[in-house]
Amino acid sequence: MRKQRPLPFNHNPLLKNGLPAWRSRLVMSALLACLLALVGRALYLQGFNNQFLQAKGESRYARAIEVPATRGRVIDRHGDVLAISTPVRSIWAIPSDARLSPADARKLAELLETSVEELNGRLATSHDFVYLKRQLSPELAQEIAALKLPGIHQQQEYRRYYPGGEVMAHVLGFTGVDDKGQEGVELAFDKLLTGTPGARRVIRDRRGQVVEDVEAIRPPHDGQDLVLAMDAKIQYLAYSALNQAMQTHKAKAGAVVVLDVRTGEVLALVNAPTYNPNNRTNLSGAQLRNRVFTDTYEPGSTMKPFIVGLALDRGKVEPTTVIDTAPGRVSIGRATISDSHRHGPLTVAEVIQKSSNVGTVKMAMNLAPEEMWRMFSELGFGTPLDLGFPGQASGRLRPVKTWKPIEQATMSFGHGISVSLIQMAHAYLAFARDGELLPLSLTRVDTPLLAGKRVYSVETAREMRYMLELAAGPGGTAPRAQIRGYRVAGKTGTAHKLEGGRYANKYVSSFVGFAPASDPRLIVAVMIDEPSAGQYFGGTVAAPVFAQITEGALRALGVAPDAPLVPLQVAGKAEQARTARGGR
Amino acid sequence: MIRADAFLVALVVSSALGVVAAQHQARKLFSELEREQARAQGLEVEWGQLQLEQSTWAAHARVEKIARERIGMRPPAPGQVLTVEGGHESAEPGLPK
Repeated sequence: MRKQRPLPFNHNPLLKNGLPAWRSRLVMSALLACLLALVGRALYLQGFNNQFLQAKGESRYARAIEVPATRGRVIDRHGDVLAISTPVRSIWAIPSDARLSPADARKLAELLETSVEELNGRLATSHDFVYLKRQLSPELAQEIAALKLPGIHQQQEYRRYYPGGEVMAHVLGFTGVDDKGQEGVELAFDKLLTGTPGARRVIRDRRGQVVEDVEAIRPPHDGQDLVLAMDAKIQYLAYSALNQAMQTHKAKAGAVVVLDVRTGEVLALVNAPTYNPNNRTNLSGAQLRNRVFTDTYEPGSTMKPFIVGLALDRGKVEPTTVIDTAPGRVSIGRATISDSHRHGPLTVAEVIQKSSNVGTVKMAMNLAPEEMWRMFSELGFGTPLDLGFPGQASGRLRPVKTWKPIEQATMSFGHGISVSLIQMAHAYLAFARDGELLPLSLTRVDTPLLAGKRVYSVETAREMRYMLELAAGPGGTAPRAQIRGYRVAGKTGTAHKLEGGRYANKYVSSFVGFAPASDPRLIVAVMIDEPSAGQYFGGTVAAPVFAQITEGALRALGVAPDAPLVPLQVAGKAEQARTARGGR
Repeated sequence: MIRADAFLVALVVSSALGVVAAQHQARKLFSELEREQARAQGLEVEWGQLQLEQSTWAAHARVEKIARERIGMRPPAPGQVLTVEGGHESAEPGLPK
């Protein structure tokens, strides 16, 4: 066999035919053009317009994850937790994806504590998204996740808990299902409490696990804790005392506010009826109302000390000046103002002690309307207090030009003018603090203002304190305001309620007072709306509430007693004597 | 010349392996960090729940009820209160201030 010689390419016999040269050049240039096109495209994608592909690539592995931030806690002045958020999970579904077998549906319904029918009903909607249940405990959510049902998803949320329940309800308010403040302090300080969720970019592997942190887009900021001025112990004392009084006197509503005289802090604030902020189904408007801030009432006689104080300040009267209140009536124009008891000649101090309308009116008519108006507005009546609390009432103080003499007269004993309970308590700071007013604060004050706004002179405030102590003493209108071991001072108020423009036979009983009288530490204001168990005088309805709260609160604060304890030592006998005589 | 090349190749290979090992180590440490962070968050949540529990148990209403009913406590009678002034005077029960 002859060995075949390899045939070199260029000696291929086929080529000998001599193809036209242009064909090879055509092929060559076509190939070159393709190559150029590819190079150009590659250059374009890699060099000039590379963001698009890079973004596409990144989206395959990189994810931006939200880093949740929690809402700040609300704590009382001693650090007791009043409101706290803990994570919960909400179960939602895409109905078109959620095709559940009857067994699965039964299991899910059981875990969600509903019936299978209701569950199926919820899934039968045409919406793309439906919540099955919100705010489940994490443990329960874990069990549901373990079922691995199609179309059933979870999302993390926060739920706010209020361990204080009914006791703190009106101060704290509450948050909605989205963890935003809706009422009370939760709304007033929402900005401070709300956290801002952060975000970070991570790389995930095929199994969805985060393998690398690329960058923190935004660090999360947890909401700040809010330290309230409130003292949980005093708050509880006030709550139980008020509720007790509500029951004894079958009242429609009631409110109490306790202020610290030294700092202007709100130590307690209670409303009745109240509600449980942890379970807000079937809430009524009456329960939600914060009567301390949003309701105004005609204060009645608790207004008198301010008029007397002004008269003293202007040098119109002295505490010992005698005013004849006989025969218990005084006529202003066509109207007549009368006292509930006839008194006769009374000193100015006795006018306060006995709460004489006639005496007060006679003093008020000696004052210029402008003076009275200026004092009222300096005391803060007619404008809402600067507390930032939602829905604060301003009360009604009519412009001085529209005052008629009869109105000036009725305002002096607290009718024809309306205030909120917090305004009233705030105004009494002027007596308790030697004539100065301090701005109030819902949050804890660590460095109290030393000087406030002066309304009365120091002497006037001291004289008024003495008179108010008489009013809460044996011969006054509120002997039942007295407590063991401390001297108290305060004023009762019993006002007819306005209904449809007329004064009805319904009453608002109130008491505003402070203790210890020698060096005031607390102001306690009590308001009971429509007591209907027979008694309605402030001295019998509201004053005992004041006494109960003040006694407990002063002890809780460790304030040294300023009254001799001896007369009450034999507790049984003294107690009897005290109730029998209506005072000690 | 060849020896130098071989040396450089060995260097490059070992460095490449080092990169792989370091990357692996980084991923492992990172997932550990993730786990610990999740644990920290879990503990934070638990702490919140414990605070909640604590303030529920320590609610004044509950404390008062137990103090009154179970332990039989009551507020001191006036005669039992002793006021100590300045810390050196000896005060007697019920002595007026």
